[in-house]
Amino acid sequence: MTMDRRQFLTATAAIAGASMLPFSVGAADNIKFGSIMDTSGGFDAYGKPMDMAMRLAIDEINANGGLNGSQIDINAYDTQSDMALYTQYAQQLTRQDEVDVVHGGILSASREAIRQIMRKSKTLYFYNVLYEGGVCDRNIFINGVTPAQQVEVLIPYAMKKAGKKVYVLAADYNYGQITAKWIEKYIADNGGETVAVDFFPLDVSDFGSTIAKIQAADPDLIVASLVGGAHLSFFRQWAAAGMNKKIPMASTTLGVGNEHKVLTAEEGDGIMVAYNYSQELETPENIAFKKKWADAYGDANSIHEIAVSHYQGILTWAEGVRQAGSTNRDDVLSALETGISITGPGGVVTVDPKTHHAVLDVHIMEFEGQKMKVIETFTQRQPIDTQAVCDLAANPDDNTQYEIKF
Amino acid sequence: MDLAAVIVVETVYVIASLVLISAGLAIVFGMMKVINLAHGEFMMMGGYAAITAVNLGINIYVAILVIAPLVVGVIGLIVERLVIRHLYGRLVDTMLATWGLSLFFVGIVTMIFGNTTTGISTPIAGITVGNYQINGYNFFIIVVTILLVLAIYLVLKSTRLGLIARGTMQRSDMASALGYSPDRIYMATFFVGSAVSGLAGAVLAPLVGLGPSSGGAYIAKAFITVIAGGPSVIAGLISSGTVFGIVNQFFTFAMSPVIGEVALLVCAVILLRLLPQGITARFFKGKM
Amino acid sequence: MREITLQRFTLSIIIAAALMLFLPVIMNTFVLTPLLIYGMLGMSLGLIWGFGGILCFGQAAFFGLGAYAYAISAINIGESTIPMLIAVMVPAIFAAVLGAMMFYGRLGDVYLGVITLVVTLIFFKFMNSTAGPDYVIGTARLGGFNGIPGFQTLNIPGLPDDYIYGDSLYYVTFVLLVVAYWLVNWLLQSPFGRVAVAIRENEQRVSLMGYDIRARKTILFAIGGAIAGLAGALFANWAEIVTPGLFSLSQTAEIIIWCIVGGLGTRLGPILGAAGLAYLKFLLGQQAFIDNTIIMGLILVLFVLFLPKGLIPAIESVWKLSVGKRRRCHPSRRRKGRAITNG
Repeated sequence: MTMDRRQFLTATAAIAGASMLPFSVGAADNIKFGSIMDTSGGFDAYGKPMDMAMRLAIDEINANGGLNGSQIDINAYDTQSDMALYTQYAQQLTRQDEVDVVHGGILSASREAIRQIMRKSKTLYFYNVLYEGGVCDRNIFINGVTPAQQVEVLIPYAMKKAGKKVYVLAADYNYGQITAKWIEKYIADNGGETVAVDFFPLDVSDFGSTIAKIQAADPDLIVASLVGGAHLSFFRQWAAAGMNKKIPMASTTLGVGNEHKVLTAEEGDGIMVAYNYSQELETPENIAFKKKWADAYGDANSIHEIAVSHYQGILTWAEGVRQAGSTNRDDVLSALETGISITGPGGVVTVDPKTHHAVLDVHIMEFEGQKMKVIETFTQRQPIDTQAVCDLAANPDDNTQYEIKF
Repeated sequence: MDLAAVIVVETVYVIASLVLISAGLAIVFGMMKVINLAHGEFMMMGGYAAITAVNLGINIYVAILVIAPLVVGVIGLIVERLVIRHLYGRLVDTMLATWGLSLFFVGIVTMIFGNTTTGISTPIAGITVGNYQINGYNFFIIVVTILLVLAIYLVLKSTRLGLIARGTMQRSDMASALGYSPDRIYMATFFVGSAVSGLAGAVLAPLVGLGPSSGGAYIAKAFITVIAGGPSVIAGLISSGTVFGIVNQFFTFAMSPVIGEVALLVCAVILLRLLPQGITARFFKGKM
Repeated sequence: MREITLQRFTLSIIIAAALMLFLPVIMNTFVLTPLLIYGMLGMSLGLIWGFGGILCFGQAAFFGLGAYAYAISAINIGESTIPMLIAVMVPAIFAAVLGAMMFYGRLGDVYLGVITLVVTLIFFKFMNSTAGPDYVIGTARLGGFNGIPGFQTLNIPGLPDDYIYGDSLYYVTFVLLVVAYWLVNWLLQSPFGRVAVAIRENEQRVSLMGYDIRARKTILFAIGGAIAGLAGALFANWAEIVTPGLFSLSQTAEIIIWCIVGGLGTRLGPILGAAGLAYLKFLLGQQAFIDNTIIMGLILVLFVLFLPKGLIPAIESVWKLSVGKRRRCHPSRRRKGRAITNG
């Protein structure tokens, strides 16, 4: 180790130069696609298939000649299920990589962490996940199912089957808190009674006392809006106590991360859900999609609701870029606001110009033998919860997440 | 009335699970004055060992009670030989090294099994008490814990091995002068401690969604229970487990699970401030 | 003696200034800023652990407390100057109270570790469960798991619309780090600092000499808390969000690893350890080939086993060894070397 100062400086300069290379080299006219998601950590059951869906969509577009003749480059960041990393990587995507569009965010917490950064830097942002509704911001497009599309059909169906006394369990963050209010509203609208609402932080995994409390309240139906790996324990412990045979359950989240395949058939059977997608859909689009997925990744088992939602979001954006003829944010925004429609594995998805949410199909399903069996289909449901409070055509500068007053 | 019975069962179950998750750590700490911060990961690996064995078609009880402790015991043995034995007598350094090991194991398990939640279903059906259903598996955990505590007590109290082990822990120079190799005895103790951690992880696996970072949920509680218990292994475990279990369940039923957890932690701080050497330094002195 | 200190002071200011201007050339300031913030956080633990002998598993609590105190007061006040002061004061006062409770109870090493760890966990659990609309301080919702986004970030004092962000935040952070470093340096050279080191070496002896150990440890602990709080406030400004993750076990673990790797009992070690490892983590985070916890874990184990004193002391001793050898082998260089010292 007898490197003198000059040698050291040369070496440092060389390393510095080399490390800057990746930023300066690379075709300038390619479209830069930013992706920001948890592909490791506690929420990777959601994120990994979303990442796979994203790569599938981009590869497909690139193989067909790109968008308006330009290939798409992916800048992907793994946020490791850490909400603080979202702002960090979002700043990087917007300031350093200067991407044309950002798709990503899984938990509502992550969306709210980066939404303002995207807005400030005028980077078009797509959030493609089922969520609690109410976001009103012209810079964001949301492709997931909202409570008015999902809860409004799920609750009456479940109550008709089970009864009027309902016990609500929800994850303790913005998604759970707001969704729980929607659930209470629809229970009341259908003449039912909410016995209790319990919130659980995302790291709670021991539900023994909760199960005892639920039994003390003796409800006819449980509605669970629980999120993430730790909360999966609830369904296990619920079944272990033999409760799954006694009190029926509906959920607004279970299954979007393929939880029905992690739980055994014994534990999962009979749980009622409502989403835009099920692997069991027999549409030609879905069959083709499952084949494409299997060709790329071996088998189609890992496809889930929000991966499909993400895929459809990317197709929507791509269609917007095609119609705008450029990736300029304002052009793409105006193109999307004409009410673009695409047909994805989950059916027709149309952009609602007033709210930047999506009009889409919702199916009521039940878990059966680790599958989601489609019971009833509601076509082209409007996001009326957000439509009631948000009109971006009239107030393009609106920038709030409206919460339900109940 | 039925609810009272349910609450009593839940409380006993929480005490038992606290004792169970702390036992491995307590053996290693009480006997060797080594704090193994990778304890939570040992439990997590016990859980994975059991799940893997069950998925390979092995009987669930064999997987939980035999395979998991063996696998984790062997891992513990390797860890002891490679890392811990160089650090005996350096309490803080062992804490740091085992903390590093815990991160390492989380990473390794993530690479092997993926960072997703897995699990097996419980082998015992629910039990009906009046109008209530109780998780039957809770009773299994309570029984396993009682047997485990009895076994540790008997081994230490009435076998020659236990006598030698206790002797070595108190005066290793004397023991080696008498012809017993302290090195071997430390090794064996660490093996047993790790195996008990593995057992605890496997026993709890059917109740929780298991992921590579599940260990973190256990280590803090186990750490607090053992330190608050103080120098005596068994009396310490039982006394602090009981105090924390009752406090936790009281606040859980009265308010919410989160308040229950926070109450447990606040109680630990108060307890340590009042009895800085642990409960058994003041009460039950000289017991095991 | 005085002249040498002044000389060294000037020299280090020049080096710091040069570094401050040079680093942005090779790296994005957005990446650099958190490295500096972590450096400051590492320094705070380095002070109380390396020089005070207090093993604190809860440095993350002061860091998080500083960040939350800043975010909450910034939302309520709408200007950043007072919130910055609050963000330093709140963790300092909290550390003083906690420290007094522990040190006046004469708790030993391990018990100290447990209590600080437990306090961190309490913050983590509590903050995680505050998503409901009832948890409001002034106009700031605590937000639970979501954390608090969208607060007023650092601005030029008195001008709430002139934000300090991006490059300017980097320069401000750098200057604050240098100032904090010099304050720590000054503190360690003062009689207070020397007694603190003496307490680390032999508590009983110092106590028998008539010093009030409990009060001194409490004050040192509070100073460490204040620096960690400042780092937290800067972090909040950089990330533009505060989340309960700031209080997490892994955050606490990392701070300890930085100190061990950099070198305990050195002033620069924890800063360099923090910045270096944080950068390594950042690089590892951009690849998916190997899980970065494996690397972090291995680094900690290997350092405890083979380099328990850390990098800086190891480099120092290698340096001394090689310089010594060279002096013996090359008498000509020796003269040269002396000439430089004289000049």
